[in-house]
Amino acid sequence: MKNQKNQKNRLAAPFAVGLLSALALTACGGDGFDDQDTGDAEEATSAEGEASLVMLIASSGEAETAAVEEAAAEWAEASGNEVEVRVAADMNQELAQGFAGGNPPDIFYLDAAQVAQQASDGNLHAYEAQDNEDYFPALQEAFTYEDTQWCAPKDFSTLGLQINTEKWEAAGLTDEDIPTTYEELAQVAETLTEGDTTGLVFSPGVDRVGAFVVGNGGWWLNEDATEPTGTSEEVLAGLEYVKENIAEGSFAYAGDVDAGWGGEAFGTERAAMTIEGNWIRGAMSNDYPDVDYTVAELPEGSAGPGTLLFSQCWGVAADSEAQTQAVDLVNHLSTPEQQLEFAEAFGVMPSRQAATEDYSSAFPEDAPFIAGGDYGRGPVNAPDMTQVVADLNSQLEGIGSADLQQMMESFDSNASAVLEQ
Amino acid sequence: MRTRDPQRQQGAGWLFVSPAILVLGVFLVAPIGMALWVSLSDWSGSGSPISRDVNFIGTENYNALLADPGLARQDLMISFRNTFYYVLGVVPLQTILALSLAVLLNNRFLKGRTFFRTAFYFPSVVSSVAISLLFLFLFAGSGAINNVLGWFGVNGPNWFQDSRGLIHIFGDAVGLWSLAAPPSWMTEPSVMGLSFWEWFSGPSVALSAIMMQVIWTTAGTFMLLFLAGLQDLPVEVEEAAMVDGANKWQRFMNVTVPHLRPTILLVVTLGFIGTWQVFDQMYVMTQGGPAKTTLTPAYLSYQAAFTNGDWGQGAAIAFILFAIIFILTTTQRWLMRDKDVSAQKRADRGVRRRQRSRRTRAIVEETQRKAQSS
Repeated sequence: MKNQKNQKNRLAAPFAVGLLSALALTACGGDGFDDQDTGDAEEATSAEGEASLVMLIASSGEAETAAVEEAAAEWAEASGNEVEVRVAADMNQELAQGFAGGNPPDIFYLDAAQVAQQASDGNLHAYEAQDNEDYFPALQEAFTYEDTQWCAPKDFSTLGLQINTEKWEAAGLTDEDIPTTYEELAQVAETLTEGDTTGLVFSPGVDRVGAFVVGNGGWWLNEDATEPTGTSEEVLAGLEYVKENIAEGSFAYAGDVDAGWGGEAFGTERAAMTIEGNWIRGAMSNDYPDVDYTVAELPEGSAGPGTLLFSQCWGVAADSEAQTQAVDLVNHLSTPEQQLEFAEAFGVMPSRQAATEDYSSAFPEDAPFIAGGDYGRGPVNAPDMTQVVADLNSQLEGIGSADLQQMMESFDSNASAVLEQ
Repeated sequence: MRTRDPQRQQGAGWLFVSPAILVLGVFLVAPIGMALWVSLSDWSGSGSPISRDVNFIGTENYNALLADPGLARQDLMISFRNTFYYVLGVVPLQTILALSLAVLLNNRFLKGRTFFRTAFYFPSVVSSVAISLLFLFLFAGSGAINNVLGWFGVNGPNWFQDSRGLIHIFGDAVGLWSLAAPPSWMTEPSVMGLSFWEWFSGPSVALSAIMMQVIWTTAGTFMLLFLAGLQDLPVEVEEAAMVDGANKWQRFMNVTVPHLRPTILLVVTLGFIGTWQVFDQMYVMTQGGPAKTTLTPAYLSYQAAFTNGDWGQGAAIAFILFAIIFILTTTQRWLMRDKDVSAQKRADRGVRRRQRSRRTRAIVEETQRKAQSS
């Protein structure tokens, strides 16, 4: 009896060891112990012979997917390579999985707010597209982290002021009353506030309120993004302006008028004015085609004009095996002609100054948006700041009753904890 | 008779279970082990977490979340607060609702029982994402719920945009404090980075809307468990209680509920685990907002890893959440244990132990006697 039991164990042990080592091997994956490149490799990798690239895009819809696919196919045919365009359902997550697994898409949309994070994690291959100087300087700046421009701006959007024509005229206002300063904006907002309608409604958070901070000459971080400047006079002045007008009732957040965002408040006519980017055009023509409106540049603050700029670039992966071909594809996709085609197809503004003139003549009503390209400010561009900015956003939701000094002190201490690392 | 050979069978046994072990290992044990390693490392999300560039940093991620004052700890505490109120509201209500529905549907004389069973179970079959989207519309500022409230002259809130806590609103209504200017005895003292005022906010209006949705969805699932339990209840027992002169309520409290005790225990345990892990609703409907009042540990873990690129912290939150769920469900099972049964078990064990020691003593004496006699 005893003997038999021992033999059982003798058989079981190697079996278990075999299973465990099989597990360990699967867990490690193929290139688990390889040395990893740190990302800013000087020499670009190039595929031998025919390259097959994978492109991951976060598409706004059928039109964008089709346009990008067509442009990529053109390049593929001309250059004899292959491109597969994939549409991401959750961009952040799919990119993260690609980077973690060591086989990211070769080329992908990358938001300006993510560049510093991805660059510092070593996920990006830094490159410059042809005629890099032709891109709006503010856009070059938006994708620069630690003195390196990491990728070529794809297109951009800026914030503008949308005005409901009917309400504007009903309040006895004319084109000459379109506000050019913050004082005038507060005045017309007060005039337009009546009954169910609030003068100016926008979404909460840094992506809207930040425009008033920029207009007052402030920013959340200093120029080098090394130190927070939340308690500076300029930042507080911008926030104070928003707070005062919200307290008076002539400004409101979208949530306070039963809307999910500024465009919805504007479309349902609970707002006489809103602050959104050029994407509002699609929403208005689809959901609220009967609302007549005009677009103006955001008024000037004490430090001149101020708007926010949102942009994505063509990111190229550090782990890609065909970086040369990927950059070549970017060059093809960012010629002024191609950018104008994209603009035509799905309404984005070209990031190249060479395309601006043609764009303005094709879409004259977008002039206020494109003007923002000269003075707009990109998003906070430093690694690990996502959580800090998210916290500021949630605090800004209660700006009406907030102690601004205290709020920005907490932002400063959170931000310096991250930036000092 | 080679097949009868016990050694061969042993090997065959391992061979047969090896697919299961392999599958469990690859998809369960290995990922958990990897996640544990990530929570102790500085992995940045690029390349393999077990490559040479990744360093062991001890409990640094856990310190940032639990010890160091800062944003990471503050957010985790906010998510704990939210989930605490969420569990407190959802678990009792969904259990009571499920039990009531089950008792109603177990009535043999009810017409259309099958229809009602299907109807109540239906929400559990529908994907939670689809239901979430539906509730987004129902609870919108100008949605159906507020329209119905409007018939009764109630001006409904803009549910998913409203970050006011229910306890805050209640205190404001009865004049205990003012929402706009909270008293300093509430705002001054702070525990783990949150003031008393923040801890005692209650669930926000937005979170309450999600709670209603979850109760509505899960009650059907648990109703099914209760129904299965009720089918086991012999009719004779109930009839005997009836003969003894017990009224409906007495029969429910003294016959049905004691009979369902194991089911209730199961439902509450599953409820605890499910509610602490809540993720779908937050991901689809609110992304943690408004003002972080629907942030939950599971969503925070996702956000830390995929949005903030802080993989170590994301994994650490997952393990902290596991510890909490484990401790809470163990405590809850201990509190809700059947005291008669466990007393009986203890007594049985005592008897067995005494028997064993008596037997050992007998054997020892026997051997001694043999030794002496030889």
